[in-house]
Amino acid sequence: MRSAKSAVKKSGYTKRDYQAFIYIAPWLIGFAILQLYPFLMSLFYSFNEYTIGAVPEWVGLKNYIKLFTQDTEFWNSLKVTIVYTLYTVPGKLIMALVVAVFLNRDIKGINLIRTLYYIPSLFGGSVAIAILWKLMFLENGLVNSFLQAMSLPTISFLGDTKYALKTICSLEIWQFGSSMVMFLAALKQVPRSLYEAAEIDGAGKIRIFFTITIPQITSIIFFNLIMQIIQALQNFTSAFVITDGGPMKSTYVLGMKLYKEGFSYFKMGYASSISWVVFTIILVVSLVLFRSSSAWVYYEDQGDF
Amino acid sequence: MKKMKNTKLKKFIDYLVIVIIGVILLYPIFWMFFATFKSNEEIYSSIKLFPKSFDLKYYIAGWKGTGKFTYTQFFLNTFIMVVPTTILTVASAALVAYGFARFHFPCKKLLFGLLIATLMLPNAVIIIPRYTLYNKFGWVNSYVPFYAQAALACNPFFTYMLIQFFRGLPKELDESAHVDGCGTFRTFVQILLPLMKPALFSAGVFQFLWTYNDYFNSLIFINSVKKYPISLALRMSLDAESVVQWGQVMAMSFLAVLPVILLFFAAQKYFVEGIATSGLKG
Repeated sequence: MRSAKSAVKKSGYTKRDYQAFIYIAPWLIGFAILQLYPFLMSLFYSFNEYTIGAVPEWVGLKNYIKLFTQDTEFWNSLKVTIVYTLYTVPGKLIMALVVAVFLNRDIKGINLIRTLYYIPSLFGGSVAIAILWKLMFLENGLVNSFLQAMSLPTISFLGDTKYALKTICSLEIWQFGSSMVMFLAALKQVPRSLYEAAEIDGAGKIRIFFTITIPQITSIIFFNLIMQIIQALQNFTSAFVITDGGPMKSTYVLGMKLYKEGFSYFKMGYASSISWVVFTIILVVSLVLFRSSSAWVYYEDQGDF
Repeated sequence: MKKMKNTKLKKFIDYLVIVIIGVILLYPIFWMFFATFKSNEEIYSSIKLFPKSFDLKYYIAGWKGTGKFTYTQFFLNTFIMVVPTTILTVASAALVAYGFARFHFPCKKLLFGLLIATLMLPNAVIIIPRYTLYNKFGWVNSYVPFYAQAALACNPFFTYMLIQFFRGLPKELDESAHVDGCGTFRTFVQILLPLMKPALFSAGVFQFLWTYNDYFNSLIFINSVKKYPISLALRMSLDAESVVQWGQVMAMSFLAVLPVILLFFAAQKYFVEGIATSGLKG
């Protein structure tokens, strides 16, 4: 396509313009070798039986068929991962939004508050903090000690299938600070004039929130929503460190299943098929969100450069 | 009079809520610190915050690590893994961002679209072929995968962030430099980069943090304990003995998060401002 274009009309690019390719060369190489190639290869592997060191053996759809019809562990992981995502993403975003709106006033020390609330986000994916979480939620750990001190029954957070996943989710939601900071910045950018006009028209606080505040920051909400869903669907570290997928695989997220199949059992073809299922889910969710975004997301500029 | 009292009460409640949320958010970290001085008995079934004594024995015992390697090795490994990765990331992201932000070239829209698309490329779908590729190159069990990915601008987040920042610099700067006979590289290094310092710093600080906290990639690419970064060593310490010595584990965990906390307070501005602006522009 490129050569056809320049053959038909004068290209209009100066010599200087072509220097751009020197600057973006690292990315072009990185993209081709470390992103595009692995992306296509994992699709290829998913149609093979492949162990490291051996030659891939073509098996067609066998991996996928086994995955969807025989592997109950897979369906469990899929369910666990989706539930995890449904708890953490809205949980985190709602907390971030509510607190951001609450703080979006003339509050003394707002910078300090913002800084302090952000601190948990520093530990995203940190093994050290996951270990702390494990210790805190042990049968005789800190959280249960507090419950006992308040004469409440203790809960087996890590041992009870009803609570283990929620405990893992709590670690993620605890880290809402980074989203909150983004929302706060976005809220600050909402033009005062809009609020003033609404107040003059007699709109109540709640109405203003839903008809002015929220719509103005939908682009940030959208960005956060997509990035966090993508991240949540691939979760690994917290489940692996805190509960190792247990109890009874109730926290055995797809990230762990993929790791176990690929790097414990070295069934790389099979693991690749799992990774493509994850990718497909992410793709579908992203497409749906992008499609719907034209209905509810508002952009200040169209960003064309 | 009554109205004034009401607003005072409202403000008090507001600040009370703020403090309560703050306590819930930060209490785990404080508790973690004090737990580094406690024996297992003190930790179990107790809500007491302060330890009986401030003995450094758990730090000393924990630092010894498990068997052949001490945490000196693990911290060193992390340093060797993270610092070059950060520097390479910022350098290559700046170069690539310059190319996108300041030039018009064929297929720019397409390539930029690809860049944005890779923002959403899940690591999970490329990790296995990356492993087999690195295995072929002989890079497994080294930090070269991290260096290579950094040098080749594989994390589009930073490139994108810097492109946005470049867009804020007036094009007249480039043009007047061009008129003065500056080549593109000189323009980049002598004129634009100095103005980009805050953004470069932000990018560096984030990449440092993310690489420092990394577990999944480290777990897959690094096999021998000798090369373990802190994240892998900490996970290993949980399995070290049949009864976990939580004081030791917490001590090493706390030392692991300490650099992050210190970096954060030293470079607060770059964290919070970096986050606030990167998500906003388009």
